[in-house]
Amino acid sequence: MNHLLNGTLLTPERAGEFNDRDLSILVRHARSCGLLAALCVRLKQTNQFEGLPIEAQRHLHSALVVADKQARDLKYELKWIKRALDSVNIKSVLLKGAAYILADLPSGRGRLISDIDLLIPKSKIEDAECALKEFGWHNGEYSAYDERYYRQWMHEIPPLGHPKRGSTIDVHHTILPPTAAPNVDANLLFANTVEIGDGLYGLAPIDMVIHSATHLFHEGEFHHGLRDLWDIDRMLRDFSARIPTFWRELAPRAEQLDLTDSLFHGLVYSNQVFSTPLPNHVVSQASNWSRKLKKPMMNFLFKRAFSPDQPETRWPLTDTALNALYVRSHYLRMPLRLLMPHLLRKAWTRRFQDKQTSEGITNAAEA
Amino acid sequence: MIKLNQLSGLERRRRLCNNKLALRVGPFVYQVHSSLLELDDGLGTLYGDFEVVDCDSFVDFTVSVKRANPLSYLKGTADFYFDHQRPFTTFNIKNAYAFFEWGLNWCISVYPNEYLTLHAGVVAKEGRATIFPGVPGAGKSTLCAALGLAGWRVLSDEHALIPPKTSTVVPVPRPVSLKNESLEVIRRFSSGAVIGPPSGDTHKGRVAHLKSDLTADAHERNPLPVHSMVFPQYSPTDEQHLSRRSQTQSFVMAAFHSFNYSELGMEGFLTMRTLIDAVRCYDLVYRDLDWAIDTMEKLNVGMLR
Repeated sequence: MNHLLNGTLLTPERAGEFNDRDLSILVRHARSCGLLAALCVRLKQTNQFEGLPIEAQRHLHSALVVADKQARDLKYELKWIKRALDSVNIKSVLLKGAAYILADLPSGRGRLISDIDLLIPKSKIEDAECALKEFGWHNGEYSAYDERYYRQWMHEIPPLGHPKRGSTIDVHHTILPPTAAPNVDANLLFANTVEIGDGLYGLAPIDMVIHSATHLFHEGEFHHGLRDLWDIDRMLRDFSARIPTFWRELAPRAEQLDLTDSLFHGLVYSNQVFSTPLPNHVVSQASNWSRKLKKPMMNFLFKRAFSPDQPETRWPLTDTALNALYVRSHYLRMPLRLLMPHLLRKAWTRRFQDKQTSEGITNAAEA
Repeated sequence: MIKLNQLSGLERRRRLCNNKLALRVGPFVYQVHSSLLELDDGLGTLYGDFEVVDCDSFVDFTVSVKRANPLSYLKGTADFYFDHQRPFTTFNIKNAYAFFEWGLNWCISVYPNEYLTLHAGVVAKEGRATIFPGVPGAGKSTLCAALGLAGWRVLSDEHALIPPKTSTVVPVPRPVSLKNESLEVIRRFSSGAVIGPPSGDTHKGRVAHLKSDLTADAHERNPLPVHSMVFPQYSPTDEQHLSRRSQTQSFVMAAFHSFNYSELGMEGFLTMRTLIDAVRCYDLVYRDLDWAIDTMEKLNVGMLR
């Protein structure tokens, strides 16, 4: 049961043997992991979809309808983002889901996204923000403290939302907070960007993989952990088949970007969960990096993060593991001397705000 | 086929507590799980005529209502779970039954895209269906409830499921939700109305549900041709009337009140066009339920144009 979803994603032919109960569990697991549309794509690619009972088909189809709608909307939003950024001579560089979809990568088909991530050079971030605001996107309401927190300590500015169309843009100037331990030189990323759509850019394939792993293993919320790992598996297989120098250049690039820990985790868990084939020389290189990592502990945590949080696949102590990963993400994001005051301040204001909001609601109800 | 009321109360409760109860609701199967008495009570009162399905068959939606942790016993709260995850915020346990019903609605509002899903009540008589697209508070549920008590078949008080490029509607029968004054109105309208557990004060006020699968064909699953689209509006002051409404305006309104019109893209547009081309659209302003039912009867048999 533990391999129901991963196994079917990898070998869709298995679905033909499933009974109704297996299929409804499969649909539920995929839906809870945000992988239902991706599963549908896999089943269609391998001609397994048509043979499934109509009860299963309609859920798979319904999820793909949503993913297709998001992809349509994304392309429309990108038209306007490009127009906005062109007006201030800034190259539009897309990250993550938006880039996978636009570049039509195997991980992009059926991929759900919640916002559009952009990478903009730090020196141009104000221009980009002004331009996007002129085209209708706005900052939400943030307290002065949050605003300063984002701008001083984070690698992104507060998200920009479009009130009419509902799209959200996250503008980043690099891929990790400046306060995190790895010292990533964003210029290296900009230097290698490639065109993935009409005048729109993405990171180079190798950088895309490294960023995907970095994002996942610095992340605090693992609700989409399995999906993000699936992205990595798809990219590793796709790029290594298309780019002859891929495996040779991957590890040196991670060293150059100071992101070896993340890449190590990405390779190990993609291989563990999705049996991604890794060449021996990459494995031995990665194990050199891994000496300093606490492997048994990480295995304990990630095994839980990468299993669907469903009764059939849930490991004992899953909540504890997810909480530990959440704390870990904050610890990775900034040193304790910055983190502790921040968390205290957040806890304090949240208490205060909660009280205010609930009073607000009561007042509104009475009015 | 076993109906829920063919199980003993004890057996129903045992299955509900052990996550072994699956019910067919129109084209969907819900597996429901709860140890709360209110839920067992509500299911017993309102779902007696629903088909009990074997849990090994394909289950579309897995839902439960339970207390999240020991602390919720102290706080008197409960949670709705879909796919073992919590899509809503925690609620007062007094409102458990209302949240359960909303949760069931929510599954249909959010997930299925094999139909064009309109936010609407649907009723039928003599095999001809009428859709009541709803602005909340317009009085569509009250009208559905009254028609149901007057012998009409209620296909849904919340969702009109339109198969692509047809002008038919798929029944998805469920109890009709009644809020605040309409509860009293319906109680006065029919002394035989079967009403489920009342909720306390929710964000929508006081809510209870009416058993509305009263006709012999209530749970048949075949799609029905749509005959008309009526936009009801309860008004205590305006003069009661039924009048033709522009097809174009009705298209736009129904699309606006759809859950997935834009998700479906071109298919959504074509389905809505097929539907609107096949039906006549009306405004129905009513104050008196007997008058409204009489008008609907006349409309249904072609006595009104």
